Amino acid sequence: MGGGLTPWKRRAIFLAVGFVFIVVAPAALSTFRLALLGKYLCFAIIAVGIDLAWGYGGMLTIGQGLFFGLGGYSMGMFLKLQEAGPGNLPDFMTWSGVEALPAMWKPFSNPVVALTGAVLIPMTVAAALGALIFRRRVRGAYFAILTQALTLAFAILLVGQQGITGGTNGLTNVTTFMGYDLNDPINQRSLYVLIVLCLGAVYLLARQVVESRYGRVLMAVRDREDRVRFLGYNPTTIKIIAFSISAGMAGLAGALFVPVVGIISPALVGIVPSIEMVIWVALGGRGTLIGAVVGALLVNYAKTTLSEAYPSGWLYFQGLLFVVVMAFAPKGVAGLWKMYNERFRRPKSAASEPVGHGAEALDVPV
Amino acid sequence: MDAFLGQVFTGLSVGSVLILIALGLTFTFGQMGVINMAHGEFIMAGAYTAYMLQDLMGGGVSLLVALPVAFFIAGAMGLLLELVLIRRLYGRPLDTLLVTWGVSLMLQQLARDIFGAPNVQVRAPGWLGGSLHVAGASFSISRIFIMGLVVVCVVGIWLFLTKLPQGARMRAVMQNRQLASCSGLKTHSIDRLTFFIGSGLAGIAGVALTLLGSTGPTLGTNYIVDAFLVVVVGGLGQLKGAVIAAIGLGLLNSFVEYGTSASLAKVVVFVAIVGFLQVRPQGLFVLKSRGLA
Repeated sequence: MGGGLTPWKRRAIFLAVGFVFIVVAPAALSTFRLALLGKYLCFAIIAVGIDLAWGYGGMLTIGQGLFFGLGGYSMGMFLKLQEAGPGNLPDFMTWSGVEALPAMWKPFSNPVVALTGAVLIPMTVAAALGALIFRRRVRGAYFAILTQALTLAFAILLVGQQGITGGTNGLTNVTTFMGYDLNDPINQRSLYVLIVLCLGAVYLLARQVVESRYGRVLMAVRDREDRVRFLGYNPTTIKIIAFSISAGMAGLAGALFVPVVGIISPALVGIVPSIEMVIWVALGGRGTLIGAVVGALLVNYAKTTLSEAYPSGWLYFQGLLFVVVMAFAPKGVAGLWKMYNERFRRPKSAASEPVGHGAEALDVPV
Repeated sequence: MDAFLGQVFTGLSVGSVLILIALGLTFTFGQMGVINMAHGEFIMAGAYTAYMLQDLMGGGVSLLVALPVAFFIAGAMGLLLELVLIRRLYGRPLDTLLVTWGVSLMLQQLARDIFGAPNVQVRAPGWLGGSLHVAGASFSISRIFIMGLVVVCVVGIWLFLTKLPQGARMRAVMQNRQLASCSGLKTHSIDRLTFFIGSGLAGIAGVALTLLGSTGPTLGTNYIVDAFLVVVVGGLGQLKGAVIAAIGLGLLNSFVEYGTSASLAKVVVFVAIVGFLQVRPQGLFVLKSRGLA
């Protein structure tokens, strides 16, 4: 990826890819396929966030499902309330015998609260969690375990609070978005374009972040946190910022996901999907933003195609994917691409190389 | 009072299973820096071993036979995993987490293909049925059996670690791998032994779990996250820490569930753990080293 490209070439490629996604894809794909692609692009937004936290910040978060869910449920609650109309309850609440709108739902009838909440709530939760964990220098695998445990608790909570969250089914049958009918192909197309624009914005934001001075320090924290601390920086703040941005991206993706797919449920936000999200980034190549996007698209395309044809085979394949990528190609597709370039095309490429792993995570003498 | 005793009893029995599961994790994590997500599938393997032996031998003693067999089967699976994959990943804990998660997905699907997706039931032998009535509360014999089993295992591991030369070597590698290696210990074969024992304990935990509920392909997943939390709270590679943390988590979970609901309990326990880490970020017990904290 763009290591050896000039900024102008990079911009041209970015615009060309944007053109393909905004103009060519809607013209070439059926409405059904376009919705699928929209879903994948939502996932790509999550992947960019994970890459920021994990690829650049060394924080393996297995909690992105939580943030995705917070965004998705914020949006889902808003859309369900709009659908029900003022004063009425969403359909599932009447089924489970809830009489009055729970206090937690009330703010989400306001579009501004719901839409900003979809991004700000995950960011706040991440910042709070990060502050508590990083402040005490709990990191590496401990951090992964804690994010995973919180995600599990969140999913169980969603299932348990049937009356408020819709239980196992989640929030289903979302059919309108801000008054537009989501079954209308025109509106589906506009929604798709909105997602592409969001992904583009998220990508550019992430690019800005990693190329800024802050991004350099973030990578330094990933590689040797102690040294950064000795240099007078505060790794806690640096990590909280990256983790929080990454949570915000997952929340945004959740908010966009709900109108595209029409559902948000505990099964979409638990541990299993959260770890799947990590493998998208791993396959594409952590530490390269384009790798994260490509990985998310590739893995999800493969999942749709393979799990339709061989439901049991897909799970083996997915398991194998984790093993092969992490054990044998930890830098993913981007790493292989780079290796190919260096070996066969530009032997004197001197792009700086992100350090993938090391003794960063454990203080145990290894 | 009887409700209180009942909760204590439930908490202790859940905690004691967690001890068995967490011991393997804390050793492999502490000694090799390996986060083994497939550990849950060793539990599952143990449970299915009990199920198959029951089919072969009929009820009665099959459970007792299953304990050592499950230990060896799960241990062998762990050993195989170490030899084929994990060996390549030492010092990369986050990567081992993802690799072993992949292994866990495959093993779960394998179990689904072999035993079918629906859960199977291991019938508790007659001598474990019924319950004991003390002070107005009833204690099921099978749960008492599990606690006894765990006590035996923990004492066994403790004796192994403190009295036998192999155990001393294991502790040496856990405390300082380089120094142990300089002193002539074959650290890699000790790693394998650790992996074998840790995975074997998960197999025993699996047999014990068949007494508490039905067995399915995702049996291990339900316990693995809690077991990791035990490791975090107890401290790396700490037998004492794992025991205290597991009992503590079991009790806390059982009481919060009783006071609120099962779904809220997980959140409360999580908050409690994050709170605990504010005070002791490295867990209850810490290996003293001169490394950077």
